Amino acid sequence: MKRLALALALAALATLPLWVGNGYYVNIASQILLYAIFALGLNVLVGYAGLVSLGHAGLFGIAAYAGALAINNGANHFVAIVAALAATLAAAAAFAVLALRGTGLGFVMITVAIGQIVWGVAYRWISITNGDNGVAIATRPSPFGLSLAPAPDFYWATLIVFLVAVTAIAILAASPFGASLRGTRDQPRRMTALGYHIWLIRFLAFLFSGLWSGVAGMLFLYYNQFISPQAVALGASAEALLMVISGGTGTLLGPIVGAALVVIMKNVASAYIERWNFVLGAIFVAIVVFMPEGIVPGSARLARWCLAKLRPRVTEVTGAATPRPESGL
Amino acid sequence: MNLWLILAGNSIAFGGLLFLLSAGFSLIFGLMRIPNLTHGSLFMLGAYFAVSLISWGLGFWPAAILAGLGVAAFGGLVERLLLRRLPGAELAQVLVTLGLSFMIADVCLLGWGGDPISIATPPELRGASRIGGFAFPTYRLGVIIIAVVFAAVLWGLLDKTRLGAMIRAGVDDPAIARVVGIRVSRLFTIVFSLGAGLAGFAGVIGGPILSVYPGLDQDMLPLALVVVILGGSGSLVGSFVGSFVVGFLYNFGQAMFPELAYVVLFLPMLVILVLRPQGLFGRAAP
Repeated sequence: MKRLALALALAALATLPLWVGNGYYVNIASQILLYAIFALGLNVLVGYAGLVSLGHAGLFGIAAYAGALAINNGANHFVAIVAALAATLAAAAAFAVLALRGTGLGFVMITVAIGQIVWGVAYRWISITNGDNGVAIATRPSPFGLSLAPAPDFYWATLIVFLVAVTAIAILAASPFGASLRGTRDQPRRMTALGYHIWLIRFLAFLFSGLWSGVAGMLFLYYNQFISPQAVALGASAEALLMVISGGTGTLLGPIVGAALVVIMKNVASAYIERWNFVLGAIFVAIVVFMPEGIVPGSARLARWCLAKLRPRVTEVTGAATPRPESGL
Repeated sequence: MNLWLILAGNSIAFGGLLFLLSAGFSLIFGLMRIPNLTHGSLFMLGAYFAVSLISWGLGFWPAAILAGLGVAAFGGLVERLLLRRLPGAELAQVLVTLGLSFMIADVCLLGWGGDPISIATPPELRGASRIGGFAFPTYRLGVIIIAVVFAAVLWGLLDKTRLGAMIRAGVDDPAIARVVGIRVSRLFTIVFSLGAGLAGFAGVIGGPILSVYPGLDQDMLPLALVVVILGGSGSLVGSFVGSFVVGFLYNFGQAMFPELAYVVLFLPMLVILVLRPQGLFGRAAP
């Protein structure tokens, strides 16, 4: 059953440009996939490691800026991608060393500060980053001679990267390392007592998470052929966190659903509602207050709750004891 | 004219402004353990309130006080209606304040438009004063004096009054404070309103220097964050010293390394975080 659903979803994703047709919607699908990669990467930290980063747009942006600058300085796309990911990993290592000085709120505040530094550099270091005007690149890459310029081709390329990301993160989550990562989230003291090096586990998780943020950043650069400080701002980090939290932290499907929700809201709803930021903030507040565990687990809970609400009438007739509905709040 | 002296004077004035902003941030963080990400928005909201009040014919000072009170009332509502619902869920509180800051920013954009609005300097503080042979804008001197007066009042409130003793007890150990009969949750509302009001008032005071524009909130919030990380959370002395340090770093950084002003600002903070995570004046977590 699960395999069938997975196969159907894959088939639907792979053939999407054929049945959607309209290039605008294909582009939105590409955006959803690239943000889903970003959210999945962030979720490794937020969901599995329990470390909430509000500075991940910094890593996303470092990859995009490094790639753009490499391309504009004459590097070919392969070199640019490798350079961008290497720069992201190096930055992620430096950020991790600083941010892992704290956990909980300390970690949040340090990541905010680091994210703001990256933003400040992107915005102010005009001689390199061109400031508010951003950096544009001329072309998308054409691997094996296939141009990624048309929307469907870019979509398929993004889909392949997306599938690699999902597989890698699923393998990580199921691996012993994933289990120990969840252990550092739930029982750090017990994990230390068992002989695990908590700091190292968190550090590696940060690197892994940063790597996928960098991949998403490169895809973003190729999608827009442009990067500006806007993509690095605190708002961008918050949006990514909203994707993770709205979908459901610590699940594989959650960040994907969250990314789809935010991107669709942003692109489709903002055509009708001018006040997109207000809606974004309101969704944020509503999700945290009413559905703290996210939409995927939250809907499951609501469904169970509704079923439990409906069931007593049946069971009263039979006289069996009814299980109390779970109250999540 | 000596450029460096003027820069130093401006740094002190900006530090005073930052103190008004960050004292509340520090108290809220120290007592309630919430990095209140709406703090920049409250600063901006206060300034916009004052813009409207002044346009309705009020003077600068009544407008500043009314705007501060208005923001304090708003902060109290936020604490009562939203943050109160999430007790102990620090992360949820961070996210709610972040969501709120987006909403406030958008409402301000809707209500007051996207153009920068400058608040006129109050007439009695216009012009320049001469101190020891060099001229310095009178208004900035006024800001320094206001900050020092507020620091003294806040210190008196925290150190000499019953309420202050209760707040300090809440910062030190909320559980024990509750056990001895202090209603810590009511302190939360008081402190949050006080902090919000100070931020709103600071926004008005900063108006003639910074003017008000969309994005002011995102400009001020990181500064408050840096001050509190430098000085240590919940420490008034810490935020006082931290404010002036940041005031100097920010102004000199912008003058000397305009392209890397943010790096100059945040680097000392990162160094402090690595060497002394509790901040210069904060106490180590138990």
